[in-house]
Amino acid sequence: MSTDRNLIQLVTPAGERISHPEFDPWVKDIGDEQLCSLYEDLTVIRRIDVEATALQRQGELGLWPPLLGQEAAQVGSGRALREDDFVFSSYRENGVAYCRGVDLTDITRVWRGTASSGWDPYSVNMATPQIIIGAQTLHATGYAMGIQNDGADSVAVTYFGDGATSEGDVNEAMVFAASFQAPVVFFCSNNHWAISEPVRLQSHIQIADRASGFGIPSLRVDGNDVLAVMAATRVALDRARHGGGPTFIEAVTYRMGPHTTADDPTRYRDANELEDWAAKDPILRVKALLERKGLLTDEVQQHVHNKAESVARELRSGCIGMPDPEPMDIFKHVYSEPNSWLDRQQDHYARYLASFGDPAGATSEEGAR
Amino acid sequence: MIKEFRLPDLGEGLTESEILSWKVAVGDTVTLNQVIAEVETAKAVVELPSPFAGVITALHEEPGTIVEVGKPIVSFEVADDGGASPSGAAPAGAATAAAGTAKREPNLVGYGAVVESSGRPARRARTFTTPAVEPVRGPVVEPVETELVETEPVRPENPVLEPVETDTAERPRSTPPVRKLAKDLGVELAAVAGTGAGGLITREDVQNFVGGGELSAPVRHLSAVSDSVFPAGLAPQGGREVRTPIKGVRKFTAAAMVASAFTAPHATEFLTVDVTPTMDLLAKLKTSRAFSGYKLTPLTLVAKAVLIALRRNPSLNSRWEEVSQEIVQFNYVNLGIAAATPRGLTVPNIKDADTLSLLELSAALTGLTETARAGKTAPADLSGGTISITNIGVFGIDAGTPILNPGEAAILAMGAVRKMPWEFQDEVALRQVMTLSLSFDHRLVDGEQGSRFLADVGAILAEPGMVLTMV
Repeated sequence: MSTDRNLIQLVTPAGERISHPEFDPWVKDIGDEQLCSLYEDLTVIRRIDVEATALQRQGELGLWPPLLGQEAAQVGSGRALREDDFVFSSYRENGVAYCRGVDLTDITRVWRGTASSGWDPYSVNMATPQIIIGAQTLHATGYAMGIQNDGADSVAVTYFGDGATSEGDVNEAMVFAASFQAPVVFFCSNNHWAISEPVRLQSHIQIADRASGFGIPSLRVDGNDVLAVMAATRVALDRARHGGGPTFIEAVTYRMGPHTTADDPTRYRDANELEDWAAKDPILRVKALLERKGLLTDEVQQHVHNKAESVARELRSGCIGMPDPEPMDIFKHVYSEPNSWLDRQQDHYARYLASFGDPAGATSEEGAR
Repeated sequence: MIKEFRLPDLGEGLTESEILSWKVAVGDTVTLNQVIAEVETAKAVVELPSPFAGVITALHEEPGTIVEVGKPIVSFEVADDGGASPSGAAPAGAATAAAGTAKREPNLVGYGAVVESSGRPARRARTFTTPAVEPVRGPVVEPVETELVETEPVRPENPVLEPVETDTAERPRSTPPVRKLAKDLGVELAAVAGTGAGGLITREDVQNFVGGGELSAPVRHLSAVSDSVFPAGLAPQGGREVRTPIKGVRKFTAAAMVASAFTAPHATEFLTVDVTPTMDLLAKLKTSRAFSGYKLTPLTLVAKAVLIALRRNPSLNSRWEEVSQEIVQFNYVNLGIAAATPRGLTVPNIKDADTLSLLELSAALTGLTETARAGKTAPADLSGGTISITNIGVFGIDAGTPILNPGEAAILAMGAVRKMPWEFQDEVALRQVMTLSLSFDHRLVDGEQGSRFLADVGAILAEPGMVLTMV
């Protein structure tokens, strides 16, 4: 893997900062303090992921798509964004959501099955996760074309996986983005597995090379190197802001866990591969870098640990304490204005719920309000 | 205070899981998210993190048991503060709708099969009939779904049900509100006769059942039907449904088809062949002196073609023996022929068919089918088959996906011979065309062998002279 062509890397797996004349300038503002802050983000996001996975095993979440191993790809890019940039992500970008400031309880809402979507996209400038593979890329391109019309300099950023690059939606989104030179960044987290389909089967060329067919410049970056990801994302954002059109970023990372909590990767994946990637862990790498720089003090470690634990507690209590929705809530947020067709359904459903009430009064039905 | 942890749905829509091992013992102090057990679902082996910090007071299930989702598996003594799950791990979405006696089905995803409160977890009940004595087979797709129903086993304790139909195992038709009412009232819906459209059990039916006491359900059903639906005297004889006990050949066929369909992974291939040369040959043979008095049909020649092709592709003439963990390769062919008889489908076979001349084969086929139609097939002729042919062409059908006769590796369905516009010598001509459908047991036969076999049969039928290149 070390012979990877074109792979932008600023920090080696051993934690050595290597110089890269083209990309160093893009992270020259990242000093000691910022590095510690990135380390905190990475650790906290992993802790969120671990806690949510545990909550699923305890029956508190219906499902959870772990991001274990992909923290740097999400933090490096998420922290590069400006507040008025807009994110269109897949379901795995819970780390990006954290960076955008999404409330922890809101992150779990959909996975607990108590809401159709977790948050107000405009409050954090991040759309709620897209479950349909790749569909969010179309939304991003459309949003970016809207930015163009407005004459603004914000950017739409869309996240998707290696498998999604084979989807029609993603290809259409890239065609439009190129045609209209829309300010959109296509951020592909190549985690090597589309559920059980390996990326080598998905694409016989590097994923980043697919972009050139659309006339979109691409960057291939070590997705487990938070600094390299940040630099690449900044390059792409800068290009988009200044009328340079779309950029495709392939962040080469690895899904260390299952596709979702309902998946068992040991059935299709070689354990050696997992071991190879464990050696390139994104958090250990930053930790090693901090150590080399003498920044990894007990104080820093304790602070990061406390932060992660408090976030985990907040996530757990927010998730478990979430009220169940009322049956009639299903009709909320379908249309922004009254709709007679929906009213009729609502009326039918209310009467249906009422029909559960039995004459003996043995139940306490709340549906028929 | 004591808190119970109930087994959650660990996948998407799972109803049960197996406890593989406990990582803790009674009396152990555990922390939140400490791994306490290893559990295997239908999808994965997963570790269960403890939902509480506390002391284990009880492990309710032994390793190796299959536990229904929602059943308590472990209890904790937990300090009385908050932080942990207030709902005692009763999973999300289960809060409203009161309990009564009903057990919640904490299926978070919502589309999993609901295990009704039948006591034991509903394990897939596979019917393994002894492969050696399977006299039945299905020529085309059998409606195997009827045996697949995995809903609640009908409980035998209800005396009202005793007389009939207890093992039809079909979920009584009703609506969710009425099901809930029945559950609340402790009424087994299977015992209630439905008077609604298509036998739907209505709220009134359940209420009448409770009020009416132990009236025999079928009687109520019939009277209700004739009263409400049909004007006096117009009720058709036998009511709106006819119920036939599942027995005899139908029962045997069903069991064999289920055993076959769910034991042997079937793969089916199709080949459409211009059989004009074969039909020409058939016409010639019929008029030849050697065959006078014998009944020659396309089946005779297809059977011969199969026997020749089998020599080149022996893996289609083999058996998977689960018990001994062996593959049995037969060096003889007992050729089964599916026959529709008044009692149902039977598949008598011709012993050592590979040693027979075409003349002998023709005689054997005629004798076999006539005996079968008369219902006089000897049990020995029904067992020990090694491969089968089903002639769906006689019903005017072209192709299908035949289900294997249990214990056999392949079955060939021959379709109708049709005159069709077909490519012939680079032009479109009216040719006699037949489609062959071959199903094979993919444990024994790969696509390669199956395809070669089918291609061989097709090559012979397309040009009988090709046999010269094969024997």
